[in-house]
Amino acid sequence: MSASLLTCAFLPRQELSESTRSFVWNNKQKQFKRRSGQQVVTAKIELKPPPYMLNALEPHMSKETLEYHWGRHQRGYVDNLNKQIVGTELDGLTLEGVVLVSYNKGDILPAFNNAAQTWNHEFFWESMAPGGGGKPSGDLLKLINRDFGSFDAFVEEFKLAASSQFGSGWAWLAYKANRLDVGNAVNPLPKEEDKKLVVVKSPNAVNPLVWDYFPILTIDVWEHSYYIDYENRREEYISTFLEKLVSWETVSMRLEIAKSRSTERDKEAERKRREEEEANLPGGEATEMYLESESEESEAE
Amino acid sequence: MAFRTLVTKKSVRSSFGQIRALQTTAFTLPDLDYDYGALEPAISGEIMKLHHQKHHQTYVTNYNKALEQLDAAVSKSDSASIAKLHSALIFNGGGHINHSIFWKNLAPATKGGGEPPKGSFGGAIDSQFGTLEALVQKMNAEGAALQGSGWVWLGLDKELKRLVVETTANQDPLVSNGANLVPLLGIDVWEHAYYLQYKNVRPDYLKNIWKVINWKFAGEVYEKECPST
Repeated sequence: MSASLLTCAFLPRQELSESTRSFVWNNKQKQFKRRSGQQVVTAKIELKPPPYMLNALEPHMSKETLEYHWGRHQRGYVDNLNKQIVGTELDGLTLEGVVLVSYNKGDILPAFNNAAQTWNHEFFWESMAPGGGGKPSGDLLKLINRDFGSFDAFVEEFKLAASSQFGSGWAWLAYKANRLDVGNAVNPLPKEEDKKLVVVKSPNAVNPLVWDYFPILTIDVWEHSYYIDYENRREEYISTFLEKLVSWETVSMRLEIAKSRSTERDKEAERKRREEEEANLPGGEATEMYLESESEESEAE
Repeated sequence: MAFRTLVTKKSVRSSFGQIRALQTTAFTLPDLDYDYGALEPAISGEIMKLHHQKHHQTYVTNYNKALEQLDAAVSKSDSASIAKLHSALIFNGGGHINHSIFWKNLAPATKGGGEPPKGSFGGAIDSQFGTLEALVQKMNAEGAALQGSGWVWLGLDKELKRLVVETTANQDPLVSNGANLVPLLGIDVWEHAYYLQYKNVRPDYLKNIWKVINWKFAGEVYEKECPST
């Protein structure tokens, strides 16, 4: 069963419903019309459909909610984003790239809200699955137990973050790698123990990518996410999300990716450090550059 | 002898009064001046009922809770707790302030909703924005552009005697933008204010709400600050 779920996550288009297909087709038609009519080029960010049919999360999240939330809100973010970035230096970047560049260390550029909200919503749909809920297992459960004390303690913290995010925003489970965020400072002593799971919340469009965390789970707590199905009862929505919707398989998969990326980064940082050290040793390349004017002597060495 | 007793009673009362000053009066949910369905079709009765009975009531409840906790923290001189309560106070206190104004900013057509502003207030709008329509356009544009949750305001800078259009995030009251700002008219652009009826199309909500805006109330607040001679 988990294999087919993974397939769903990787190849979402295989499971398009009729209504989803018509949304996708209409989107493509619009692009074609624009191009043929006015030679207008659109940027390439797409409205990615959820990896399940729009009614697949019922009764916990209705088809109507998905139709508006994905079909209107997310479509709006995508369309507006493409209009904003076409022809600019953001055009052609990956979605994640646009998010990071437009965050601009907190002094956000106009494209940030649309880019981050597009990213956040894709991540949100993929965080859920029909028949979801239950408990995580394996490595993920081990890390949850290590970093929160127990699965129940994690649930409490996640619920608190989601319900106390005032106004619009998101709550996250993220893998925090061990980086000092002080300009270009690097943690000189990276340790396995420094890397941990954390629960964080963020306002409006902000997401943990901008803090250099690896998000592995999210819940949207903008009112539009739950108002049709739960009205003002955000706590009920959050509980239902955890009990019936969250795809722990996807979260586990993301954790593995996060861990391997973190290891890659450590290796890369280590490699760079070694390179710099070697460049500074006597008899190395730096010395040659120094003795440019005395080239005969350096060759002799 | 009676005089001495009187003095004693008075001093007891005043020290009791000092203690009472620390105790807060519980805030309560204000009633609306109209039925929930009276603002239709601009704002549905379903929204008005939820907005008033659930959202505003929750702010009132949590505001009172936060004030009780503040009381306790103050009496223990617990600065850490006082500081921690700051956000709960602004969220819930602001929510109570803002919504209390909002209900007065709305009225059914039968009670003057939608009727354009008159007198010196109407004159001030024309002179500072050109026309009423221009003010409406400006507020709609700023309200639609607001990211996330918040409010769009027509305010009066009582120092400069100028009308201003401002936005605040979440439940920050208008005074967060400037101590001299007096709210005349606020429009809630949190999604709960319009979602069940207008879904994601906030601009339609903004376009329609003007049919039930109670300019009379805004004018009264304006006149109090800027009495016409």
